[in-house]
Amino acid sequence: MSETSARAAFSRVHRLLTARNLIAAGFALGRLGVLIGVAYTILFPLLAKVSSSFMAEVDIFDKTVNWIPKHFTLNNYRNAIKYMNYPQAFLNSLGLTLGLSLLQLASCSVVGYGLARFFFRGREILFGAVIFTLVVPPQMIMIPLYLNFRYFDFFGLAKSLELNLLGTYWPLVLMGTTAMGVKNGLFVYIMRQYFRGMPRDLEEAAYIDGAGAFRAFFSVMLPGAMPALIVVFLFAFVWQWNDYFFVNIFAGSRELLPNALAELAGRYSRDLSIAGSEYVPRAHRSLLNNAGSLLLIAPLVILYIALQRYFIESVERTGLVG
Amino acid sequence: MRISKIRMKKGHREAVNGIIFTLPFTLGFTFLFLRPFVQAIIFSFHNLQIGSHGYSLDFAGFGNYVNALFVQPEFVRTWVETTAQMLLNVPLILAFSFFSAVMLNQPFRGRTAARVLYFLPVILASGIVLQLEQDNYFIESLRSMEETEQGFISLQTLGVFLMRLRLPAGLLEFIMAAVQRAPVIIRSSGVQILVFLAGLQSIPPSLYEAADVEGGTAWENFWMITLPMLSPLILTNIVYTIVDSLVDPQNELVQLIRKSAFGSAGYGVSTAMSVLYFIGTFAILLIAIAIVSKWVFYHE
Repeated sequence: MSETSARAAFSRVHRLLTARNLIAAGFALGRLGVLIGVAYTILFPLLAKVSSSFMAEVDIFDKTVNWIPKHFTLNNYRNAIKYMNYPQAFLNSLGLTLGLSLLQLASCSVVGYGLARFFFRGREILFGAVIFTLVVPPQMIMIPLYLNFRYFDFFGLAKSLELNLLGTYWPLVLMGTTAMGVKNGLFVYIMRQYFRGMPRDLEEAAYIDGAGAFRAFFSVMLPGAMPALIVVFLFAFVWQWNDYFFVNIFAGSRELLPNALAELAGRYSRDLSIAGSEYVPRAHRSLLNNAGSLLLIAPLVILYIALQRYFIESVERTGLVG
Repeated sequence: MRISKIRMKKGHREAVNGIIFTLPFTLGFTFLFLRPFVQAIIFSFHNLQIGSHGYSLDFAGFGNYVNALFVQPEFVRTWVETTAQMLLNVPLILAFSFFSAVMLNQPFRGRTAARVLYFLPVILASGIVLQLEQDNYFIESLRSMEETEQGFISLQTLGVFLMRLRLPAGLLEFIMAAVQRAPVIIRSSGVQILVFLAGLQSIPPSLYEAADVEGGTAWENFWMITLPMLSPLILTNIVYTIVDSLVDPQNELVQLIRKSAFGSAGYGVSTAMSVLYFIGTFAILLIAIAIVSKWVFYHE
């Protein structure tokens, strides 16, 4: 190495070691530390589930086994799939979730548009009502709602008629159609904000061409609101898929993934006791539950990784803030 | 004359359209929300009996409330604890999500991956999966091992370290509590981070450019531009965090209310509990809004 190039290298190092660069490096290091800590906290339960779902029961009590199973097995998955009736429950859940999230998307976008563009008396009160539905915990109206659907008389309009809607999808469908599903108030809010931000020229052009409000909405406004519609649909899908509260109350007897997962350990031990085996220990149950939980969230993880752009840029895209 | 007639007609049609478009919500709100809401309040003053043909109500006055407050052994304790935890969590979640949003807004390699990671808990917050996690032998034993033996932040070591620093006892307790609940804080910050991130990106760059011309430092920019511009979103996030904790199925009080409904306490008492809980949290929400909106800065 010649003297000049050594000097050049030295001066480059020297330039790099300015105070500003040192501070930047310090920040980068700190950021890395925080990120590692956050990653550890968020991924810990997920990784623990993955690793234990492949373990045999002896591995849990083996103190030398931490993360890597010694007795690798697929039995937990085999049992989870069998006792959750997975293929059937998966298809049922997929159909129900798709249908409900499309219904919610339709109702929330229509209502959001009505609140954003038309002036009528009571509009502000109605918007206040949207926010109010978000603030009241569903647990509070759970019992009356349950009874309304248990003895369904069209909300007191047809007293002689008493239908039991529990165990059918009707309660969930009714709630989805009327923007009352899981966190639907938030979706109405998002759609309203988005429609308010769209230029009025588009609709006015449609009106001049002789279109009515509905034509204008379907042919001009909806296509223009695609980013917000995608975001609302994705969130509706994810939250509906994850929902156990409403699904369990109104359709608890249906073979749906959350119900199946909740009953997994019970069904398994019932079968074992019929076969003459003793009580299934807690450790064994949690192995089974871990495999079942992963089977439930796997479709969401795939969806999230494939479409992460839409989830993460969602708030910016919809202009929720502005 | 003619023009005003046309205008009136137009206004009338607009109102009709608005009512038609919002009709799904109006119906849903009336029949699937307001009616059960009022019924819940009525139920809380009655004893509810469910038979094979409908249900019957016996008026009980404030009996259910008295029962909930003075007879049910766990209710008041759980209520106070849940509320205290929420009051502690809100500032921590807010600080963490603010800090994270500022960090995730800087350009650095792997930023997309970091954002995907921070937001993962929102996707995976499945009610039933979280419920099973509480009763999970493996995760529990792994967690206790990490904490006692090889965890990189041992709570005990931290406590001893903070004692050496001679911090005041109150502050020490707060730091310990904050560290202990770090997983909960991190996992419930996803949406708040997104809201702050969007806010950061909507601040016009011209403000920072003007500050640069005036010779503002990064520190001054933060206090004079970033924080005031984000202050409306701080309010939004406070409200979101309180509501989120209110409806969280992991919430101990929510679980107690649910258990009471199907247990010996009965529907009436359970409904009385949820009415009390709702009123309490609603009051906190209003107080928080009143306090925070005083120093919220609106750009327009």
